Amino acid sequence: MKIQIRKHLFPVAFAAVILSGLGGCATTESNPNDPFESFNRAMLAVNDGIDVVVKPVAKGYDAAAPLPVKAGIGNFFGNLWDVLTAVNNLLQGKGSQGFSDIGRVLINSTIGIGGVFDVASEMGLEKHMEDFGQTLGVWGVDEGPFFMWPLIGPRTTRDTFGWAVDSYMDPVWHIYNDNIALRNSMVGVRYIDLRATLLQTDKVVEQAAIDRYIFIRDAYLQNRRSEIRDGAGDVDCKMSRCY
Amino acid sequence: MKSFFALFALVVGLFLSCSSVFAQEVTPDALIKKVTEDVLTIVRQDKDIQNGNTKKAIDLVETKVLPIFDFQRMTALAMGKDWNKATPEQKKRLSEEFKTLLVRTYSNALTGYRDQMVRYKPSKMQSGDTEVLVRTEVLKPGNKPIALDYALEKQADGWKVFDVIVAGVSLVTNYRDTFNQEVRANGIDGLIKMLVTKNNQLDPGKK
Repeated sequence: MKIQIRKHLFPVAFAAVILSGLGGCATTESNPNDPFESFNRAMLAVNDGIDVVVKPVAKGYDAAAPLPVKAGIGNFFGNLWDVLTAVNNLLQGKGSQGFSDIGRVLINSTIGIGGVFDVASEMGLEKHMEDFGQTLGVWGVDEGPFFMWPLIGPRTTRDTFGWAVDSYMDPVWHIYNDNIALRNSMVGVRYIDLRATLLQTDKVVEQAAIDRYIFIRDAYLQNRRSEIRDGAGDVDCKMSRCY
Repeated sequence: MKSFFALFALVVGLFLSCSSVFAQEVTPDALIKKVTEDVLTIVRQDKDIQNGNTKKAIDLVETKVLPIFDFQRMTALAMGKDWNKATPEQKKRLSEEFKTLLVRTYSNALTGYRDQMVRYKPSKMQSGDTEVLVRTEVLKPGNKPIALDYALEKQADGWKVFDVIVAGVSLVTNYRDTFNQEVRANGIDGLIKMLVTKNNQLDPGKK
């Protein structure tokens, strides 16, 4: 029972943050497509504050860990996420992709030694990335207003719900639930690993963006819309007419 | 999302070639492939660029990549309707500053290039098309392939790139909100000033 409560603690705490955020935030009308802009900008600043601690850790990890170790860690967590990708591909009606993803998990978990080696990619089973937010998008749910959340970063309203569902289903939280310390370490390592993969990105955003908030927001939105179409072009627009 | 900015990195570097050699007879996908392979070959061999020598990367981009880009068109698309509010002189300055920003950013990103490979997807072009999207994918073992698409337009002196789309994110339209807001607040001259200020911050000579 105690474990159950702990397992739900994060999503619950997160929901509390969402609610307090919405309640406490006066909306500015400068951009009708971004009603929570002032809240979001404040949260970006909060994240930058958190990042003062996280980024050096990620940098240290990136510098200290040899490439094969980093690849192994990335593959390991990638393999666990492939389970969610498979489920979401099936939920979206993409059977062949879903079964290919299941094949990936089976191969990488066994021959790939618990997912540390991505043998399946070498065998031609291409990696996909799906999450529940994309599934909701495919089902026709509107994206809703955009939010910048502490720790987890940019999300549309739809993707925020998707994220909550993904977190609830997250294999890491289930497999290691008997050992809270181990589970928390896993979640921590995954977070640092993810942050480390974004180090190069930071540099580019810092240089490219004039208004960093808008740059991140618009890139996030464009990227998500494209992911929901699995990279296919927008059917409503042909080349220069898109602009 | 996580690697798309890193991919931005590659973008400009992927265009190292002189368009005049090909002129018009070359197809857009052949142009992109040639330029991409040429750039990757150079970056793979150049230890200075790999170690973060931005100036060297900028030189590379300026001499080889710029000729196949249409920066005026890119600037116009980034600004949207505001473009028509600018005088010819302002348009020239805007294009120059935007070009500088993009070249600096992407040259720098090029220095982050590691062991990626590029796959070229068959193009759906039909004869008579004057605009075409050339689709490629950047592959890195263990990662989902990242789409890297180029929008090209046929012009008198050959095909020119007017947008680069990384993982679904258009490099051009990603600036539109920022530009529109600035024009609304401070006019066209405000936008020019904003770009100049940004470029001065990035000037590799000032670091």
